[in-house]
Order: sequence, then structure tokens, then C-alpha cells
Amino acid sequence: MFQHVLARSVSSVAAVCCLFPGSVWAQTAQPAQAAQSQAELREELQKLRAEFDSIRDTYGARLAALEARLAQQPGEPAPAPGVAPVPAMPAVPETPAPPAAPAAAGQAAQAPAPATAVPAGAAGAGGPQGTLPVYGNASAMSKIFNPDIAVIGNFTGAVGTNDVEPRPALQLDEAELSFQAVVDPYARADFFLAATPDGLDVEEGFLTFSSLPGGLLMKVGKLKAQFGKANTLHSHAMPWVDQPLVVKNLLGGDEGFNDAGISVSKLIPNSFLFLEATGEIYQGQNELFTSHERSNLAYVGRLRGYRDVSEAANLDVGTSIAYGHNAVGEDFTTRVIGVDATVRYRPLRRAIYRRFIGRTELMWSRQGQEAGDINTFGMYASGEYQFARRWFAGARYDWSERAYDSSLRDQGPSALITYWPSEFSQIRGQYRRTSYAEGSTANELLFQFLFSIGAHGAHTF
Amino acid sequence: MKRIFFIAAGLVAVLSIAAPRAEAALNIIATTSDLAALVTEVGGDKVTVEALARGYQDPHFVEAKPSFVLKLNKADLLVAVGRELEIGWLPPLITQSRNAKIQPGADGYFDASLTARILEIPSGQITRAMGDVHPLGNPHYWLDPENGRLIVKALQAKLAQKDPANASYYAQRAADFDRRLGEAQQRWKATFAPYKGIKVVTYHRSWANFADAFGIEVIGYVEPKPGIPPTPQHTLDVIQAMRAQQVKLIIVEPYFDLKTPNSIASQTGAKVLVLPPSVGGIPQASDYLKLFETQISMLVDAIKSTGAK
Repeated sequence: MFQHVLARSVSSVAAVCCLFPGSVWAQTAQPAQAAQSQAELREELQKLRAEFDSIRDTYGARLAALEARLAQQPGEPAPAPGVAPVPAMPAVPETPAPPAAPAAAGQAAQAPAPATAVPAGAAGAGGPQGTLPVYGNASAMSKIFNPDIAVIGNFTGAVGTNDVEPRPALQLDEAELSFQAVVDPYARADFFLAATPDGLDVEEGFLTFSSLPGGLLMKVGKLKAQFGKANTLHSHAMPWVDQPLVVKNLLGGDEGFNDAGISVSKLIPNSFLFLEATGEIYQGQNELFTSHERSNLAYVGRLRGYRDVSEAANLDVGTSIAYGHNAVGEDFTTRVIGVDATVRYRPLRRAIYRRFIGRTELMWSRQGQEAGDINTFGMYASGEYQFARRWFAGARYDWSERAYDSSLRDQGPSALITYWPSEFSQIRGQYRRTSYAEGSTANELLFQFLFSIGAHGAHTF
Repeated sequence: MKRIFFIAAGLVAVLSIAAPRAEAALNIIATTSDLAALVTEVGGDKVTVEALARGYQDPHFVEAKPSFVLKLNKADLLVAVGRELEIGWLPPLITQSRNAKIQPGADGYFDASLTARILEIPSGQITRAMGDVHPLGNPHYWLDPENGRLIVKALQAKLAQKDPANASYYAQRAADFDRRLGEAQQRWKATFAPYKGIKVVTYHRSWANFADAFGIEVIGYVEPKPGIPPTPQHTLDVIQAMRAQQVKLIIVEPYFDLKTPNSIASQTGAKVLVLPPSVGGIPQASDYLKLFETQISMLVDAIKSTGAK
């Protein structure tokens, strides 16, 4: 391409040059008409000069533009200095640069990012450098409205013995795909698909209306119920390899309580603390509840209070209730009440090296059965301390009765250590000793590799 | 049981209708103290402004605290650094703010980077093998006074649009800032002139714009890659490069561990300078101009003490 253009420009320059000797010869051959033809010739010469200059300028500019484009090709070396003089034609994108992020679209229309060449500045350490990318070409446009996509792999393993709930020695526990984007000026959408050994499941998929009147925040879709803390966390955001026993025993299994529903939450304004009330209605068909007919809905309510104790420490408390019909029959219901408390400490000056999170959740379940109501209780308490930039140590204690029989009780401690090679991967080991109601005791070492590719997700709080 | 839920829902509805807000000064939330300082320069006493991150805090790793949700809930304008600096914490806060005015793309969402000069915008393929790179360029752009000038100009237009009654007040304050900044820039350039071209090592890539503005040459970083903690091999490489190029200064942001910089310093005879990259990073750096004033004087003192030049 480059060579072709060069060849064309050379041939036209040659053609223009050939005209000059001809004109000069004509001038000497006919001296009689000298005065008149000299003026004509001069005029012609001027014209040719101008033509030549314009051709030269055109090709010069095209060459410069091509060189600028070549320089922007990834992996290509920059053109050697001094090969060709580059006229005053910087690598300006042909169209105004689009917004820095799709989210900022509204603003960018008024203030496009200035297309400045990057000065040499601070070089080194392998960081990327160069000129601004040329936005606005076809391939970039096709991506611009795509949602943020990420995949999080959760690979787990287990050694030791467990007769009651054996985990496979090695498995890709979950590959979570997330798709997140703004839908329109009124809402955003978030999808989390979980590919597990059992198949592909929509873990969550919901629409969030962020600008409703009255300060309401509404979510519709398949949601993790806002019951307590552990139930709302995706498996990769938990500080443990496994779910606490109380979530399994009283909140319906490993996956916790997620269902199709509508969630509305509201900030309750006051000058003392952050207070948020959430009300949710679910279809009532999940691991905890069973919907025998359409009107058998499940309800969840939550009140959460939060207050900064200092700039480094804060306290987060909540109480939750869940109510719905259970699997025993249409006339039987289950009600779970939970209380949770979290303390966090993270000194701002050392925020990337030190933090502590202590958390406990207590749950009381009342399950209606043929023989009468079964009242059970379960809890966990957990702590996690970051002692170096990449290292976390943690512990958890579980104690829980089983929702269907208060005489069956599981309990046991865990100790954890987590290493973060970077923000995008984690390696975790968990020693777990569980005394099951069946009378057997499991001694296990669980380990986990978490890794994330794609869009940079926000950190859970 | 159902009745309890409906009563609760009714109660929430009543609360939501109550408490109408009084129209007062523009309530502005900035993500960092630097942007808050620039807003103050333009807005003066006609606006209230508050920063979410503190000046001595790593702005990449702020926690999305619910107390920030309350602040954003009442904001008329959100001023963000952008360029994905706040990507780990700001998006969920905006979603939970229940405030239509400050949603990205709305009128009250102001990305300061859109008018600033941005360095180190990657061209070509980037991967996370390069560390935690910012695909939209170096977000520490407020450390060039010229960018402060550009941001103030854009802020003035935004404030005038949100609050036309005080437009002339904002214009006058912006012009005044522009003048004071111009004078200060000449002073800083003069003070730093003898040290122009000085070579330094910095911890993180926070100083690209600063180095560009004042003629400092950054020859390497304590971090092997952005966001990746120091490794022994890289530390050795840095020590060798510093010895070879006679580098006597290591600039560290106040939120990084000093262990590796100190050990590099002891091997090379260099000095470790903890330099605040943001307004409020240390008490003296209390506004945008004083930030540069403090940085320049700390730098000059440090360079003098190393005996270089």
C-alpha cells in the first residue's frame, strides 16, 4: 500500500518534469514571437509549478497520514526518524474521539477528549505508551454498547474424609459469567450465569431502576434474596471456600436463597445512621420454599443500619425475615428470622496492607410440619485479617441445627489462609473440622483457586 | 405475616413522601480531595463540596461504604476523576445512590478527565499481564497544573449551567484562579529550574503528569508493574538502574509500604521522599495551589539533601 502510493507519486513527479525541457526548447526555436510567447510560457510555467506544488503537497500529506496510521498499528515499530519529512499533519482521529466509557456518553458529546499525542514523559516498567487510540472506526463502534463481560473461575479441591457431604477431590466448582450494562437512562441490567457441574443456571439476572421517584431502588428478575450477609454474596466474593453450615441447614442449601422476584428498597433519612429498608416478593419456588399454587409467594424483609465509627472503622447491623410455604404441603409455612452484625477496620493510610472484618449471623427457623412447628437455630461467627498486601488469615465457627429436626446438630471450626497474587486471582486454603449430627467427624483440607478475566468488577463491601 | 409486610411497605411509602428538601446551595460530591479543591476554587461559598476519598488514601482502593451512598443520595453534582480510577468502588455507590441526577450520562455526572490532557493512553493490545493497567490512560492527571486550569474551566461551565443565577460569580472566581495559578506556575518553574531533568524512581505510576509538567525524568518504578507489589528481581534491577544513572531520589505515595523503597535507598545512597499526591495528603497541602507549593518545596529540599546538582 505504502510502496504503491510512493510509486504513483514518483511517476507523476517524473511526468511533470518532462514538460519543462519541451517548453524551454519551444522558446529557443521561434525567436520572432519571443515577447508574446515568453509571457505565455511564463504563465504556463507558473501554472505547472503550482500544479506540481499542489501534487507534491497532496502526496506529502497522504504519505504523512499513512505513516501516522502505520505508527498506530499494534506491534509495528514506529517509522524511523528522518526517512521522510512529516508535514504539519499530526495523527488526528478522523472523527471526534468517543467518550472514555460508554457510561459517560452524555458528557462526551459536549466535550470530546482532546486528541493529544503522548509526550515521552515517564517511560519504563513495561507500561503501555503511545498515541491516543483512533476511536470511531467500525470495529470499535460495534463494541461500544456491549455489556461489560467477565468470567470468574472457581476451582476447588478437597483432601481428607467426609462421609456426610463429600466434595469431589478436584472440580471446577463454578464458572461465573457476568454481563453488566446500562439499559437506558432509567435502568441498568446485571446478569450472572453460573456454569457448574450440574449445568448452566441463571444465578442472578435482574434489572435495576436506579432513578425512581421517592428515593426507591427497585430490582426485578432473578435475585439473591437480601437475607443477611452470606446469602447475598456470590461464591467468589465469600471469604471462605464453602458456605457456612447455617446457610445450608436453615436457608436452603449450598446455593442459598435465590428466586424470581421483585425487590424494593428505600433509604430512611435520618441524621444518625445509614438506614435501609428492603421488601421483596418472590415466586416462592426455590431450595427453601415451595409454591403449591400461584398465590404461594415468598416474602423477604430486611432492615439494615450502618454507621462509621471512625474513618477506619465501621459497624454494619441488620435483621431479616423470610416467609413462605414449604415442601410439606400447602398449609405449611417456613419462617426464618436472621440477625447479622459486621465490624470492619481498615486504616486509610494502610488500606492496601491491613484490614479486619468480623462478622456473625444468627438465624432462627420455624418450619411447619405435620407433627407441629419445628423451631431451630443456627449461627456462624467469622473473622478475616489482612496481615500483608497479599495475605489474609481467617477463622470461622459454625453451629447449626437442621431445619427439619432440632435434635440434629452440626458444628465445627475452620481456619483459612488466602493469598492474592493480584487483584484478579486468589488462592485459598481452608482446614475444616465438622462434627455432623450423624455422629461422624469430618477432617478436611479444602483449597480454592479463584480467577477473573474481563471487565474489572467492583469490590463487594 | 403477609399483613406485616404490607404495613411495612406502607410505612416506607409514607416516609418517602415526607421530608421535602429545601433548595439551597449546589451540593457537590467529588470522588477525590483534589477535585473537591478545584470545585471550591470555582464554587466558593455558593456551593457545598465534599470529597469521598481522603488525600492520604490510595484512590484506587476506596471502600464503597454505605455512608458514601447517603452523600451521593443528596448530591446535585458528582465530580469524578474517571479513566477507571474509581472503577472498583464508584459504580455500585452510584447505583445505590437512588439519585437520577448523578447517574453516568446524566447532567449531574461530571468526568473531569474529559477536558484534561491524559498521558500513557495505551495503544494496541493490552492485557493484565501488564499488571493493573488503566486502559483509558494514566488517571493521575490532576498533578499537572495545566490540567487544573482545564478542569476549572470545564467546572465553571458546568456550575454556570446548573446554577445560572451565579454564573458571573463562578466566571469571576475561575478567572481569578487562572491568574493565581499562572503566577504560581512561574514561581514553581523558577524554583525548580535548577533541578530540571533530575532523574527519580517512583513507587507507582502516579507522577507521569507531574514529571511532565516540571521536567522530572522517571527512570523506573518500585512496582514491577502497576498494582503488583515489588519483587526481589525487579528491586535488584531498579537498584542497578539507579546506580548506573546516579539516581538519588525515590518518590513514594503516602499509602505505600516503605520497606522496599528504604532497602533500595540503603543500597544506592538515595533518599526516600514521601510526597503527597493529593490535596490533604499532608496538612500543609490544603488546597490545589498549596499542593504544588508543598510538593515543589519538599522535592527541592530532598534534592538538596541528597547533594545532587
